[in-house]
Amino acid sequence: MPMTLNEPSASAAPVARPTPTAPRPAPETPAAPAAPAAEIAFDVRELSVFYGQNEAVKRATLQIDARGVTAIIGPSGCGKSTFLRTLNRMHELTPGARHTGTILLDGEDLYARDIDPTLVRRRVGMVFQKSNPFPTLSIEENVLVGLRLNGVRDRAFLQQRLEESLLAAALWDEVKDRLKRPGTSLSGGQQQRLCIARALAPQPEVLLMDEPCSALDPLATAKIEELIQSLRERYTVIIVTHNMQQAARCSDKTAFFYMGKLIEYAGTRNIFTNPSNPQTEAYVSGRFG
Amino acid sequence: MSNHDRYRKWKSAAMSGLAIACAVLVVAPLVFVLAHLVREGFGAVNFAFFTQLPKPVGEPGGGMANAIVGTFALLGIALLVGVPVGLLGGVFLSEYGSERINFWIRFGADILNGVPSIVWGMAAYALVVVPMKGFSAWSGGLALGFIMIPLVLRTTEEVLVLVPNAYREAALALGISRWKIVAHIVVRTALKGIVTGVLLALGRVAGETAPLLFTAFGNRFWSHHLNEPIAALPLQIFTYAIAPYDDWHRQAWAGALVLVLLVFVLSVGVRLFFTDWKKRRSS
Amino acid sequence: MTSTTASASVAAPKLAPPSRLADRAFYGITLLSALAVALLFVLVAYLLYRGAHLSIAKFGWKFLVTSTWDPVAEQFGAWPFIYGTVISSLIALIIAVPLSIGAAIYLTDLAPFWLRQPLVSIIEMLAAVPSVIWGLWGIFVMVPWLRDHFFPLLKKYLGFLPLFQGPIYGVSMLAGGIVIAIMILPIVTSVSREILRAVPDLQREAAYGLGATRWEVTRIAVLSYARRGLLGAVVLGLGRAVGETMAVTMVIGNRPEIATSLFAPSYTLASVVANEFTEATTDIYLNALFELGLVLMGVTILVNILALILIRTIETPGSRRA
Repeated sequence: MPMTLNEPSASAAPVARPTPTAPRPAPETPAAPAAPAAEIAFDVRELSVFYGQNEAVKRATLQIDARGVTAIIGPSGCGKSTFLRTLNRMHELTPGARHTGTILLDGEDLYARDIDPTLVRRRVGMVFQKSNPFPTLSIEENVLVGLRLNGVRDRAFLQQRLEESLLAAALWDEVKDRLKRPGTSLSGGQQQRLCIARALAPQPEVLLMDEPCSALDPLATAKIEELIQSLRERYTVIIVTHNMQQAARCSDKTAFFYMGKLIEYAGTRNIFTNPSNPQTEAYVSGRFG
Repeated sequence: MSNHDRYRKWKSAAMSGLAIACAVLVVAPLVFVLAHLVREGFGAVNFAFFTQLPKPVGEPGGGMANAIVGTFALLGIALLVGVPVGLLGGVFLSEYGSERINFWIRFGADILNGVPSIVWGMAAYALVVVPMKGFSAWSGGLALGFIMIPLVLRTTEEVLVLVPNAYREAALALGISRWKIVAHIVVRTALKGIVTGVLLALGRVAGETAPLLFTAFGNRFWSHHLNEPIAALPLQIFTYAIAPYDDWHRQAWAGALVLVLLVFVLSVGVRLFFTDWKKRRSS
Repeated sequence: MTSTTASASVAAPKLAPPSRLADRAFYGITLLSALAVALLFVLVAYLLYRGAHLSIAKFGWKFLVTSTWDPVAEQFGAWPFIYGTVISSLIALIIAVPLSIGAAIYLTDLAPFWLRQPLVSIIEMLAAVPSVIWGLWGIFVMVPWLRDHFFPLLKKYLGFLPLFQGPIYGVSMLAGGIVIAIMILPIVTSVSREILRAVPDLQREAAYGLGATRWEVTRIAVLSYARRGLLGAVVLGLGRAVGETMAVTMVIGNRPEIATSLFAPSYTLASVVANEFTEATTDIYLNALFELGLVLMGVTILVNILALILIRTIETPGSRRA
């Protein structure tokens, strides 16, 4: 009888994994920033997220692998964006926001008292649904703003990061000759890639993407999906999407949320071809959502 | 159609006619005054007007060079007083304030906007002229700056609130400090609108005479120091207008023409020039 | 785990730690600046009160009702100026309010669309004309015309009223009222326009649907709905009127006497301060002027508070974030 991951007594290992490596427990690192070689990026336990009285996420427990792409799917209002925003401490900026449960990033409690949320957000980057490059900044300034406004002055380093981030975002070739042009002079798809470059420039450990393609045309979407694939070697990417095909194409593991609860979390192939939970099956076969 | 209906229709047309008449009458004074300014002032505005000092009483000729420079000096001081406080106050209302405290501050600013400008002059007199034992550009600029503060505060707040939250979110997600987000991203995005508001406030105070009557006081000669009384265009116009000399009257019209142009450029011209601000932001 | 770059030719510099101190300091500066609004109030009131203390001590409340203004005998009373201010403002309102509201109605409901923005710009320009320039025009254009043409006409046809009797100088209470009216036209018009624009179209449509004529729609659906806001616009205009200084002092005659005739010269609170402040030779004289300033400030603040209360219930304070 397969277990869903909401059972508190379940083992930390997910039900099925597409990659054959044996699971290793995440090493505990005390308060040291960015400990390398952790297998698990986020260790989420009994997370409930509230807007005032409204419980948007109900006792979710799951572990998100470091490196690789994890997709979060579910119908509108199922809590997936809310869940995402707790991972980089953006949720708490909403009035009336609160949560219970713990989130560990590389073994550290993200919400410990002495942790500065600003520092968390430097480690966990975010790309939003609608691209939002800063309108008064050039393409170059947009990419580097996360470094410059955080005190980085070394011009050689900045130049290097500029090129690397734009390459990683698959935008370099298109803009390398017009880096001084305003960020808003690009097309919609290009702007979103610019936002991805901007998020990548400070070299975060994790990249959160909240429905990054929902405002884009299919061509632009395809470009971004390609780029997501290229990021999986080096980054932990967590992408919220309402487009199931996108999740199927891009991700290694998928979590299915419904009405605030985590229904199933497994390797993507399994979720889509052989889901364990009947609700999951109903959703991925299009019977609702 | 019954007679009563005909009456109703006629009455409606008559009222419409009245409304048009009202609109015409509202616009008419502007036409009259501008026509006079151009007619009387245009001929009197010459090179000498811009470059020469006033001649002694009774002698024809001379100009208002010192008054023009003086006005700019006073506006400069007013900027220094009014912009930092007004801008930062507007930032507070938009970025940090709460509903309650914002309501009262806005209310207070609106009240202050309604205080007659001569009262600000009296305040500057008591604050600066008395201790300094003399009139000065500082006191005049301070009075004008006082007037600017609530104006700049309101316009800055209005413009900052229009900056989409998406930009604040994006900056937060990059782990940038709150104050840097406000100073470097939000204010920068709204900069055009803020500048517009400042220029509008400048246009408003450039024409003020009353607060300068006993602060800047006026000067027949060049002021060599901001501690001295200083000439200003509106003051000079006033002095010349109430004097009995025809040549001074002629120069008063010239001064008025120049002043009105300055004020129009700062007030209406700026708004027209920057009007794409609102349209651009919605892209 | 940080992403490794292929050729890490430059060592990654550390990001500056976020400074709580800088955040707090910035918050503090902005808070103080916002509170400057409150501070300004207190400051001005205090400065005026301190400047007036001798006069307040000497004359007390009687100051407000005493008619003498005699610098030589050092007897001062505010009544002539209060009277002048009230009457001239009243005249201004009587002239300006119907015109402004009529123009506002025209702007919101009747004017062709292409004409609206230009008209609004013209009214803005009207508002921008400095007071001293109205005064200049007043002295050399309006007053002579009043003296030579309009006032004699009024005297001829309305001279049975004590308002229009007595010698005609040109500079007069009525001249003051007219020039104030011109100066408050823009603000009353634009605020009225905002009020009328805020009336939901539904109201108009419902009235049209019932077969009302244009004027009836305006009267029934718009004006009655906007009554309170329009009153606020009027009160706002009153606030402006009370404070007008330069143009008034140039055309009103500057004589502290109370007369029934509108042709007689008068004096307002603001114009006496403007005129005599630098001439005030004695301390008590200056203090009396400060006290007039205090009265002026008090009156305008009260009037403006009333206006804002009336208007704010229609306009939304501030706007929500985009």
